[in-house]
Amino acid sequence: MRRALTGVVLAAGFGGALGLCISLALAQSPPSEHKSGFEFISPESQATQQDDFSNPGMLWVAEGEALWSAQAGASGRSCAGCHGDAAVSMKGVAARYPVYFAESGQPIDLQSRINVCRKVNQKAAPFPLESRELLALSAFIGKQSRGMPITTGEDKRLEPFRARGQELYEQRQGQLNFSCANCHDDNWGKRLASSVIPQSHPTGYPLYRLEWQSMGSLQRRLRNCMVGVRAEPYPYGSQEYVELELFLMTRAKGMPLETPAVRP
Amino acid sequence: MAAALTLLAIIPGQVWAQALRPYEIVGDAIPQSLTGARGDPTRGRAIVVDRQKGLCLLCHTGPFPEQRFQGNLAPDLAGVGTRWSDGQLRLKIVDSRRLNPATIMPPYYTLDGLARVGRNWQDKPVLSAEQVEDVVAFLTTLTETP
Repeated sequence: MRRALTGVVLAAGFGGALGLCISLALAQSPPSEHKSGFEFISPESQATQQDDFSNPGMLWVAEGEALWSAQAGASGRSCAGCHGDAAVSMKGVAARYPVYFAESGQPIDLQSRINVCRKVNQKAAPFPLESRELLALSAFIGKQSRGMPITTGEDKRLEPFRARGQELYEQRQGQLNFSCANCHDDNWGKRLASSVIPQSHPTGYPLYRLEWQSMGSLQRRLRNCMVGVRAEPYPYGSQEYVELELFLMTRAKGMPLETPAVRP
Repeated sequence: MAAALTLLAIIPGQVWAQALRPYEIVGDAIPQSLTGARGDPTRGRAIVVDRQKGLCLLCHTGPFPEQRFQGNLAPDLAGVGTRWSDGQLRLKIVDSRRLNPATIMPPYYTLDGLARVGRNWQDKPVLSAEQVEDVVAFLTTLTETP
C-alpha cells in the first residue's frame, strides 16, 4: 500500500504539471505505427496501471462488480440475473464498442447501452452520464476485456457514422483553431508545454486520470481538449462524441484494451 | 444614436468585429502598427510567457530561462527578431493562415474562418491590438543566436 501511494503521489506530482497544459487539438495522415497512451506516460504511472492493488481505477471496477450483482428497478433484477458471470458473458464486449444499435439506427456507446438495459430490462432510472455508478459498471465490464484486441467497426452499418467521426476529428475548431489531428496525428511525441502529446487511441476507458483525481469517460477527455482549444464542447451524450469514439476505436483495431488505464 | 444602439443589440457579434482595427497586408507583412503606436516590449514579454494570454510557450521554446515546460511544436523564438521584420512578425501573429493555410499557429487578431468558438471566447480576438503590438515590440528584441 505504501508503494502504491508513493506511485500515485509521484505520478500525481508529475501529472499535475501536465494537467495545467490542456491539450490543444489538420489532418494529413493517421499514425503509421500505433502507440497506446501507455507508452507516453511515466514509468511510475505505468507501474500504477499494471498493479491491480495500486491502480485506483480498480476501486471503480470493484464498485461495478457490486452493482452487477445488485437488484435494481421495478423488475428487481440484477445485471447478473440475466447476464450471469460477467467474466464469461461480458468477455470481449467492451472491445467492440461503440456498436450499431438497431433500435435507434445509430451507434451506441457502452455507457448508453448499460442505461438502455437499466431502463428496458430492469425498469430502473438510467444513471446520469459520467456518474460514479455508470463509470463503475463501465469499468467493470471493460475490465472483462482487458488485454483483448479491439474489434470495433466490423458492422458495415457503422461506416457513415465512423466517417462523420473522422470529419469531426479533422475539423478545426475553437478560438485557437485546432483540430484533434493537428496535435494527435501530426505532432504526437512532441511537447505541448510539459505534456508529451500522445496518439489518440482510446484503449483504456473509462480510465483514472491524475489530473481529474477520478475516473472519467472518453467524452470527458474529448471535452477537455475542446475547452483547451477554446471550442464549445458538445453536451455529454451527444452523438458527436459517439461518432468520434467510433472513429478512434475503429482506427485502434487490434490494440489491446487496457481498462482501467491510468493516465496523467 | 438610437439606430446605432438597435443595430448593436441585434448583432452583438459585430461589436467586437467593429472594434477590430483594420490593417493592410503588403506581401508577407503588415507594415503598419495596428494601433498607430509602437508597443511596449516589457508588457509584450509578459504576454508571451503568460499561458492564458499569449499561450506562446505551450508550443514554442524561447530564451526564457525562468520558464519551465516550454513546448517544442513550433520554432524556437530565440533570434526571431533577426529572422523577421516587425511587419512580418505582425502578420504571423494576426493571422498566420495568410502565409500558410496549414499552419497550427492560432490566428490571434481575427474573427474570420473559425468554427464552434466557445461561448466565453465568441467575437473576441485572442489578443487585443495593443497586446499584438506589445508582443511584436518584444519579439523584435530577440536578436540572439538560437
